[in-house]
This record gives sequence, C-alpha cells and structure tokens, in this order.
Amino acid sequence: MSAQPAGAAAAGHGEPGPQESGPGEPLDRFEALVAAGEAVEPRDWMPDGYRRMMIRQIAQHAHSEIIGMQPEGAWLTRAPSLHRKSVLIAKVQDEAGHGLYLYSAAETLGVDRAELLDALHRGQQRASATFNHPALTWADTGTIAWLTDGAAVINQAPLCRTSYGPYARAMRRVCQEEAFHVRQGYDLMRALCEGTPEQKAMAQDAVNRWWLPAVALMFGPPDTEAGGADARTAALGAAVSRRAMAWGIKRHTNDELRGRFVDACVPQAERLGLTLPDPAIRWNEERGHYDFTPVDWDVYRQALGEETHWARQRIAHRLAAHEEGAWVREAAAAYAARAQAGEPPVAQAAGASGPGRTEERA
Amino acid sequence: MNQGAEERMSREREGAPASWEVFLRPRRGLAHQHVGSVRACDADTALLRARDLYTRRGEPLSLWVVRSDSVHTASPDERDPYFANALHKPYRYPQQFAPLTEKGPDGDHDH
Repeated sequence: MSAQPAGAAAAGHGEPGPQESGPGEPLDRFEALVAAGEAVEPRDWMPDGYRRMMIRQIAQHAHSEIIGMQPEGAWLTRAPSLHRKSVLIAKVQDEAGHGLYLYSAAETLGVDRAELLDALHRGQQRASATFNHPALTWADTGTIAWLTDGAAVINQAPLCRTSYGPYARAMRRVCQEEAFHVRQGYDLMRALCEGTPEQKAMAQDAVNRWWLPAVALMFGPPDTEAGGADARTAALGAAVSRRAMAWGIKRHTNDELRGRFVDACVPQAERLGLTLPDPAIRWNEERGHYDFTPVDWDVYRQALGEETHWARQRIAHRLAAHEEGAWVREAAAAYAARAQAGEPPVAQAAGASGPGRTEERA
Repeated sequence: MNQGAEERMSREREGAPASWEVFLRPRRGLAHQHVGSVRACDADTALLRARDLYTRRGEPLSLWVVRSDSVHTASPDERDPYFANALHKPYRYPQQFAPLTEKGPDGDHDH
C-alpha cells in the first residue's frame, strides 16, 4: 500500500491525474455507486479499506499470472510436436500479458508495479499457492490448463463485473484468452487419453496430483458452513467474503464457485475416461449438483505447499530472471536518455556492448 | 505539473520507465479506444510493448501510445461546474421538441 494521501494515490498510471475528493459526502456517493452496480473509477473517492483490498487482490492475481508461467514454461523446450510447442508458447505468453494487464490496473490505485514485484520477491505478497507444485510430466501442462485455468475461468468470469472499473476491464481481456487455455489443455488431455495405455496413465497421474490444488486453492479457503469441514475457518472466510461482496468486489462465495467448478469438471473427466481423485464425488439429485469432499483447513494448508522446495523455487526463479534482466532495463534507459539529449544512437557502442554481454552470459 | 507527474518524475529518477497510455483501433469503422497502459523508456519501445500486449488477437488496425503525464484531464468530481454543458441543457436533445410526424419520435427517421 502506498503511503500517499488518498487523493494523490488516485493519480495512477493507467488513468492519470490526481483529485481530492470533493465536498459533500464522498462515502455516500461511493456506496451509492456500488449499490447501483456502477463502476468505481480511479479518480473517484474510495474508502481506504476498499483501496487496500483491491490492491491486495489485483496484486495477488497479477503475481499468480506471472508465477503461473513457470510450471508450463518448463515444458516449452520438451513439447512433443511443433504444433503443441507453438500453442504452449502462445499460452505462456498470454499469462505474461495477463500479469501486465493486472499490474497496469493496480497502478491506477496509486501503487507502482516495481513496489508490487518487490513485495512478491520479499515474500510480503504471494502468488496463488497452486503453482507451488511442480509440473512433473507433459500431461501436467494439459492438466494445469484444463483444471487450473478452468477453475480460473469460473472464478474470473464474475470479476468481469467487479466494482473497480480498471480491474473489470482487465478481467474481460483475461477471460477471453482463458477460454483458449482451457480448450487447448482439454484437447491435449484428450490426445493422451486416446493414446497408448502409458499416455493415458500419465494423464491420470497428472489429474491425481493437480485436482486438489485446483479445487482447494484456486477458489480460496472455505467461506460457508456447507463448504468447510471446520466452522471457525468457515466463519473467518465468510467475514472476508461478506466485506468483498458488500463492496461489489466479488459476487459469489468461494464455495459456490468451487461447486460450479466440480459440476463442470465431472462430465469433462468422464468424457476423457479419467477419474477425479475424490471418492465422495456423487450426483446429488436433490441439490442438482455434485457432492464432493469439503475442503477442510488441514487439507487446504497441506495443499498450500508453503515453505516447500517448489514455493521457494518459484520466487528464486522469478528473482533471478528479474536480476538477470537488469542490464536490459539499464540499456533501454540509457538509450532513451541519449535519444532525449538529441544524440544519435551510437551503433558502434551498441555493437560493442551487446555481443560482449551476450558472451559473458553464455 | 500536478502532484502525480512530480511523483512519476521522482520514480523515473530511480530508473523506473515511464507509463504510456495505449489506444487501439480494434477494427475498421471504430475510433481508437483506450485499452490500458505499458511501461517503457521511449516511444518506440512503448509501441512494441503495446503491440505485444494488446494486439495478440483480433484484427487490430492501428496503435497510439501517449505518455501518461501528457494526458490532461478534467475530473469527474468537478462534474457540476465543469460538465454542466452536458447535464443542464435539456434543450440539446431532440426529444425535448415536437415530433416531425404523427407517429411520434419513432417516425422521425422513417424514409
């Protein structure tokens, strides 16, 4: 959170210009906007708590997009065909783009993306713990896209109408692209399931490992009594969700969306001939939904994979990429400064420093 | 300049690249629309980044980038005095006047 006064903080980079809240009752106007389902825009007055919750959520979301590139990115060089490789590159590039849409939206709230990335690197902010799991086989890339991106679509579709305008607009772009992610993942899984017994076993193994991260972590902790095994946790989750819903940030409980996800996945898994690793999954005629094992807090904590090798690895990899890219940022700044000073770009100098750095790095 | 611009300049001194607003003409017949922002040290780089970020799909026709601190704005909180033209002149709307045909306003555009 930035230390600026609320008015100045509205001078975000996405939609520039500061504005002190005017006379009258800014809180009443804010609440009326939200109640009417109108978008809150960057220069509108907003409660500090709303701004903080929004920054926290958008930052966590942006971090998840860029950290989420890693498990699949690791398979880019080992894709089984040029077609699958092109698809995977496009998909991972989209994830980078989603991160950038979202950092850009966060900046309209008066924070700087560099601050947010610092907070991620220092462990003060986190990415979704879903990605604290390794992608062990090629089938993992398909499973991640089918299940975790599938969960993301269900989670994010309502966010296209979230109350903060820049976030909602970013989410509309994200959701359009996620549909491709899920479809290509399902297509990859279908190819494996129609392949050799070994390929099908590889697909089943990946689903066994990614089901719990998808169903538990992509939707957050239980926030209804029905959805959680432990009343205290559910009550805590419910309090946070109520606040977010009152502000129009989210529109459904975590558990409601989780249920929707299970309803969508069961028939998809059946068509592939794969088994979702939850013996409690059963059609409930009365409710018109599938029953499944409630996410209990211990299971959730265990699935988080915090402080594991892979959790540390994700941040270390991100930090290394950031640090190794420092010379590119410095060169770009120097080039721009020279152009601004009216000096022509020096081809010789660029030629001398470019390859030299490359060799050092090779 | 305003406080936001000063802030941005102090950030730039620390080496953070400038913010640029991105406008895209998504297809023929539409005006350029604001789609978001990118960070870049110069205009050429801003255009490259805008292309990579905002034109991966569809049939984009043209991109503009404008440095965020070059955009001058009028605030929604000044709406009453500043946008009074839009709000307090009902006589600028056709429905304030007698329809052209007996069908009423819906008949105006029949040919």
